[in-house]
Parts: sequence; structure tokens; C-alpha cells
Amino acid sequence: MLRNISYHDDIRAVALIGRSGCGKSTFLRILGGLIPASEGAVRVDGEAATDSEEYRKKIGFVFQQGGLFSHLSALDNITLPLEKVHGLSQAQAQAKGYELLSRFGLENEAVKKPAQLSGGQKQRVSIARAIAPKPKLLLLDEPTSALDPEYTTEVLDMIRELRDEHLTFIIATHEMGFAYHACDKVLFLSDGEILEHGESGQVFAEPETRELKEFLSKMLEWKV
Amino acid sequence: MNVFVSRPGETHSLQAAVNILLVSVLLVAVFWFALSRIGVTFDFSFLPLYGIRLRDGFLMTVGLSAASLVLSLILGIVSAWLQSSKILALRYLAKLYVTVIRGTPLIMQIYLFFYIVGTAFGIENRFFCGVLILSIFEGAYISEIIRGSLLSMDGTQLEAAKAVGFTKKQTVQLVILPQLIARTLPALTGQFASIIKDSSLLSVIAVIEITQTMREISSENFKLFECYFALGVLYLVLTLPISFASKRLERRFTYEN
Repeated sequence: MLRNISYHDDIRAVALIGRSGCGKSTFLRILGGLIPASEGAVRVDGEAATDSEEYRKKIGFVFQQGGLFSHLSALDNITLPLEKVHGLSQAQAQAKGYELLSRFGLENEAVKKPAQLSGGQKQRVSIARAIAPKPKLLLLDEPTSALDPEYTTEVLDMIRELRDEHLTFIIATHEMGFAYHACDKVLFLSDGEILEHGESGQVFAEPETRELKEFLSKMLEWKV
Repeated sequence: MNVFVSRPGETHSLQAAVNILLVSVLLVAVFWFALSRIGVTFDFSFLPLYGIRLRDGFLMTVGLSAASLVLSLILGIVSAWLQSSKILALRYLAKLYVTVIRGTPLIMQIYLFFYIVGTAFGIENRFFCGVLILSIFEGAYISEIIRGSLLSMDGTQLEAAKAVGFTKKQTVQLVILPQLIARTLPALTGQFASIIKDSSLLSVIAVIEITQTMREISSENFKLFECYFALGVLYLVLTLPISFASKRLERRFTYEN
């Protein structure tokens, strides 16, 4: 799936772009310790990314959709991992959960089950759950590509707000505007390889490879 | 407002009352007509005379069903698990079990099992034998209920459990089991009602449950209609609360989709 991945950088906000099926999800899943890499080594802050609970609990992960536990309320989705994985007491976890939900304007949805939430609310709760234990890295796998446009904005706004608080994240996205304005670096994946990477302003202004030029022109074709 | 037509989800209580009355009147009229044609009058005065036998039969039905519920649940879980086993012989055994049991009538299984397997292995206790046969029968259906909900588990839920850092044990405890129970409970409750009704067939091997009791009573006093009518009421006493509970559970767990 992936090959010749060699990338080393100090990152804050990175956008992972590329065609569907180019390996973005696989890249993030290996980085998040959800699947093991068949070869090579991945290190995050000097710690090897492994398929283990010990590593995974330090990384936040947001799925494209369906990542919230469907049998738990929005609040419980946030508090249960805090209690069971991070050892907070029930009271501490509840306080933390309410704090996050109200901060992102979701306090009225606290007791609702995922099926009762809008797509945008679901993703915002997912992000709140992922950042609740203060992960050292947040990975977002196309968090808005299953959403209607009006919900996309509210989710991206939330992520940008987190960036302003110095949360480190890597987001796989098709939202080129977000990659350009809100992420300081961009990685372009094509056929499982990192073809280009660099400061986002530069990558978008002066794409070097034919693949990225084509990709960008397609993505921006209908932009006003 | 049209009294006879309701849109989904907004039935007025007046509409409900009128239509329930209408259906009741119709049913009573049909039965009244049928009974008067064949010249039968109902006389239930004999029932109290058989109070003790009826109570014993009723309790036997409850006991058979409860014991079968437990045993069939175990069989169903094991067979659902074996159906996805990596060991082929076990998987085929489970598939064969489910296919054959679901494909044949219970009465055939009762006769075959009781007279061949039961006799060969010297199982003489009819209650025990009854529970065993009924559990084997119902277990095949429960197996399919459980397998269905296992298949409908969304892969992302398991991945999310991994992502938040749950261990394998926590994933089973906190994610898989609660979701599985929520999905299977309404159907399992319904299956319990089936067990109660199906236990009536055990009367053919002379397990003295409520159906067999009624058959015996009716052969003594020839009050066939009254006996079977009362029998129906007794089964409803057991199954109605269960189907009500099943509906409630279904509504409670509809968050799934």
C-alpha cells in the first residue's frame, strides 16, 4: 500500500493530501498504531509507533465517520476512555467531558446518542473525545468528507481553534482551502509515496511534480 | 379527522378506542355466529375442579420454558461462535446443526430424539428430555439471531475502541457486549415467547405440561372447546407480557440506526 515513505520533520499542523485510495488512511492508521507497518520504523517524539494500547492511548484519532460508540451518549463517549484508559475518577471524567462539550457548544447534546446528532455534531464530539486525554498527536482521517458543506465549516473551525492552542495534528483532507490556510505543512501522497512536502504556501504556489499539478487543478477546478 | 385512517405515528386516542371497539365487535360477532351455528354453549364451571392439575401443568410449562431458555441460549452462543471457528470440522458441525434443525419440524425432532437417541442413551426423565429437545431446537434459531448481530457489528466501532486505547478485554466488555446485547435482546425476548408456545408440542411424549393437562381433562369431560379456549388464554398470560417487553426493548434500543 505504502512504499518509500521517508519523512522527518518537526510538525504542528500538517495536511495530508492526495487522491482517494492513495494511502492517506493507511498512513494515518500506521501512525496511530491501529495497524502495524509491514516494514520500516515510525517514531513519534522518539517513541516507536506500535500496535499497542500503551502507544495508542497517547494518540488521538478521528475517523471519517462512525467513530463514536453508538450505544453511548456523547458525554459517555468522552468519559468512558478517560475513566477506563487514563485512570480518571468518574467525577473528574464527567467534569472534563462537560467542560469540552460546553466549550464547543455541544452541552445540549451531552445525553444524546450518536444517532440523534447531526453529522457535524458527531464529528465535533469525536474530536472532543480524541483531545480529552491531551494526546501528543491528533490524527484526523478525512473528518469532513462525509459531511454536508454547512457542517464541514463548523468542524474545520473547531480544528483551527485547536491549532491556535498549539495542538499538533495531521489531517487527511480534501479541503484544499483548509490545508492552505490552516496547516503550516502539506504532504502530498500519490500511489503510496510521498511525492512532495513542504510549507503549505509553497507547495500550493509552486507544485513541482506533474501529479500534484494535476491533482490541484482538479481540486480547484470549480472554486469561485 | 377521519376516524378510520391514521398517519404514521399520530394515532389519536379517540381513533384508537373506536377502532379497537370495532375490531372486538367484529370478532365477537364472527365467533358468536359460528358457535350458534354448531349449537355450542360455553360452560367453564368445571375449571376450578381441576385447579391443582392446571396449576401443576402451568408451572411445568413455565419450568420447561425457563430451563430451555437458559440451555438454548448457551447452545445458541456456542453454535454462533463455532460457525465462525477457524477449525473447519467445528464450523461445519455448527452449520449442519443450524441447517438441519431449522429445516425440520419440531415434532419430528421430538419423536426421533425421544424414541431413538433418548432410549439408546437411557434418558428416561421426560422433563429433562423435553428441555433437551426444546433447547436443541430453539438453540439453532438463537444461534442465527446472535450470528446476525455479530455480522452487523460495524468495523469502525472496533477500530474506534482500539483508537481510544481500550485493551481487547475492555473492547469486549465495553463495546462488543453492550452493542450485541442491545441488538439481540428484543429478538431473544421474542424467541422466549416461541419457546413457551413450542413447549406445547412436548405433550406428544407425555410431558405433563399445560397442553397435555388440557388434553387429559378434555378426554375426561369431553369439553374440548372450553379446554382449548382456556388453554389459549393461559398461553397468552405468558406470551403477552413477553411480547410487550420485547416491543419495549426494541424501542429502547432503536438508537442503533
